[in-house]
Amino acid sequence: MRTAQAVAWKEIQIYFSSPTAYIVGLIFLALTGFFFTQDLGDPFPEATLVPFFDGAIVIFILLAPALTMRLLAEESKLGTIELLLTSPVRDWEIIAGKYIASLTFFLVLVALSFFYAILLFVYASPDPGPIYAGYLGFILYGSAALAVGLLTSTMSNNQIVSAVVAMGILLAMFFADRAFGSISGLAGEIIGEMGVRGHFDDFSRGVIDTTNIVYFLSVIAFFLFLSIRTLESRRWR
Amino acid sequence: MMIQAEGLTHYYGPYPAIQDVNFGVRKGEILGFLGPNGAGKTTTMRIITGFMPPTHGTVTLDGYDVVEQSLEARRRVGYLPETVPLYTDMSVNGYLRYMGTLRGMPPKSIKSRLSDVVDVCRLGDYRKTQIGKLSKGFRQRVGIAQAILHEPQVLVLDEPTIGIDPIQVVETRRLIKELGNDQTVVLSSHILPEVSMLCDRVLIINEGRIVAEDTPKNLAEDLQGVERLEVEVGGPAAEVLPVLKGIRGVDDVTHVNNDGRHTYTIQAQAGKDLRDAISQAVITNGWSLRGLQMIGMSLEDIFLSLTTHEEL
Repeated sequence: MRTAQAVAWKEIQIYFSSPTAYIVGLIFLALTGFFFTQDLGDPFPEATLVPFFDGAIVIFILLAPALTMRLLAEESKLGTIELLLTSPVRDWEIIAGKYIASLTFFLVLVALSFFYAILLFVYASPDPGPIYAGYLGFILYGSAALAVGLLTSTMSNNQIVSAVVAMGILLAMFFADRAFGSISGLAGEIIGEMGVRGHFDDFSRGVIDTTNIVYFLSVIAFFLFLSIRTLESRRWR
Repeated sequence: MMIQAEGLTHYYGPYPAIQDVNFGVRKGEILGFLGPNGAGKTTTMRIITGFMPPTHGTVTLDGYDVVEQSLEARRRVGYLPETVPLYTDMSVNGYLRYMGTLRGMPPKSIKSRLSDVVDVCRLGDYRKTQIGKLSKGFRQRVGIAQAILHEPQVLVLDEPTIGIDPIQVVETRRLIKELGNDQTVVLSSHILPEVSMLCDRVLIINEGRIVAEDTPKNLAEDLQGVERLEVEVGGPAAEVLPVLKGIRGVDDVTHVNNDGRHTYTIQAQAGKDLRDAISQAVITNGWSLRGLQMIGMSLEDIFLSLTTHEEL
C-alpha cells in the first residue's frame, strides 16, 4: 500500500507542476462559469446549479481524458514502465496510485467550483438538496470518467490515442440513452440503462437513488478492473 | 545457484528472439552476455527481471520462480535497462527516493542509502539537479544508482557502458567490478574486451542461441587458434606468396598490392605463433621485412569462428 501511496504522491506532484493540468482547470472553471451565469440573465432567475452540472458533465467528456492520458501512456513511452513492472509492486497498486492521483486533482477542481454554490447561498436561498445531490452525482460521474481514461492510457503508449479513445467511450456512454427509442427490445433497454444521463439527471434533481450510486460505482470498478488486467497483460505482449 | 535459467524460449509473434537458452549464475559471480545487436541479450534480461515471462522455460532467482513467485523474485533484482528509464522532470534525489519506495525500502534506510549510493556513483553535486538537465553519462550514473539502491542480490545491467564517453566508461567498469565483489551481476555488452575485463564467465549469444560459454581466459585461448598476421614484405609477390604459403602452420595467405606496398594476410593454425618463422623465411630469401603484426579479431570474426566451431 505504501508503494501505491508513493505512486499517487509522485503523480500528484506532476499534476500540480504541469501546464496541462492547469489548462484543464482553467477551461473547466471558465466554461462552467459560463453555464452557471447563463440563466441568471432571466427576468426571474432560478437559484439552481442544474445548468452548471449539465455543462460540467459534457465538459468532462473532453477534460477527463486530458487529465488521465499521461498516466501510463507516458511510462510506456519513456520506458519507465520497465522499472515499474520489475519493481516489487503489484499491478493493482500501480493502478490505484495513478487513479488516486487523478481523483485528487479532480476533487480540487470540484472544490474550486464550490464558489458558484457559495454565491447562490449568499445572494439567494436555493434549495440545498439538489445542490448536495448534484455534487455527489458530479463527483461520481467524474470518478467514472477518470477510470475510463485510465484504462485507455494503460492500453496505449500514445497519449493522443489514449485520450481520443477515452472521449469516444465517454461520448458513447453519454448518448447511450438514445438507444431506448431507436433500438427495440431488451438490447435497447440494456444499452439505454448504460447511459450516463439517465442516472445523472436524478442527482441534479435532488434525488439520491441507490440504483444510480451503484451504477456509477460499478462503472468505476469495471474500468479499474480492466485497467489492472490490461497492465498485467502488457507482460504477455 | 543464484540464477538458474532452463530452456528459455521467447517468441515475438512468430519470430523466436531466443531459443532454448540455459545457464546458471553462482552467487557473487559476474556473468557477461556477449553478442551483436538483436542476438537476444535484452530479451533474456527482461525475462530474468520479471518484466515479461518467457514463452517456454523457467528462470529462478535465489530459488524463486520469476513468473510464479514474481514479487519475491523482483524484490531481489536491481535492473538497468538499455535505455535508462528516468523521469526527466524529477530531481536526482526525488527520483532515487521514489525508486527506493517502490522497491519497498523503509524511509529511514532510503535516507542513509541515498547518500552512500550518491557517493558511489559520484552524483554528489547533482542531487538536486533535474534529471532532464543531466548529460548522458550522468543519466547513466543515475540509472546505476537506482539499480543498486536497495542492495539487490542480483544486478542486471543491459549495455551499461553504451553511449557514454571513454572516461565514464572506465569509471562505470570500475564500479561494476566493485559491485561484483558481493553481488551477483549479469551484464550484456557487444564489446569483447569489456566483457573479458569484467566477467568471471561469458556467454556468447547469437541469433537467440548460446554459441559458447566459458571463462574469458579460455575463450581467448580458443580464439587464438584463428589469429591472423599481417606482413608487409619488400620483394616480388609472385615469389613471396608461395614461400609464405610453404611455412609450416600457415593455413592461408591473401595478398594485397597497395601502390607497390605488398601486404600479406596470413591465417595461422591453432595455437601457433608464426612470427619468428615468417621473419626468418623473408630474410633468408633476401627480401626486406617491412612490417609484421598480429591482427586483433573483430567481433564478427569471433562469431563466425564460434558458430562454425559449433557446427563442426
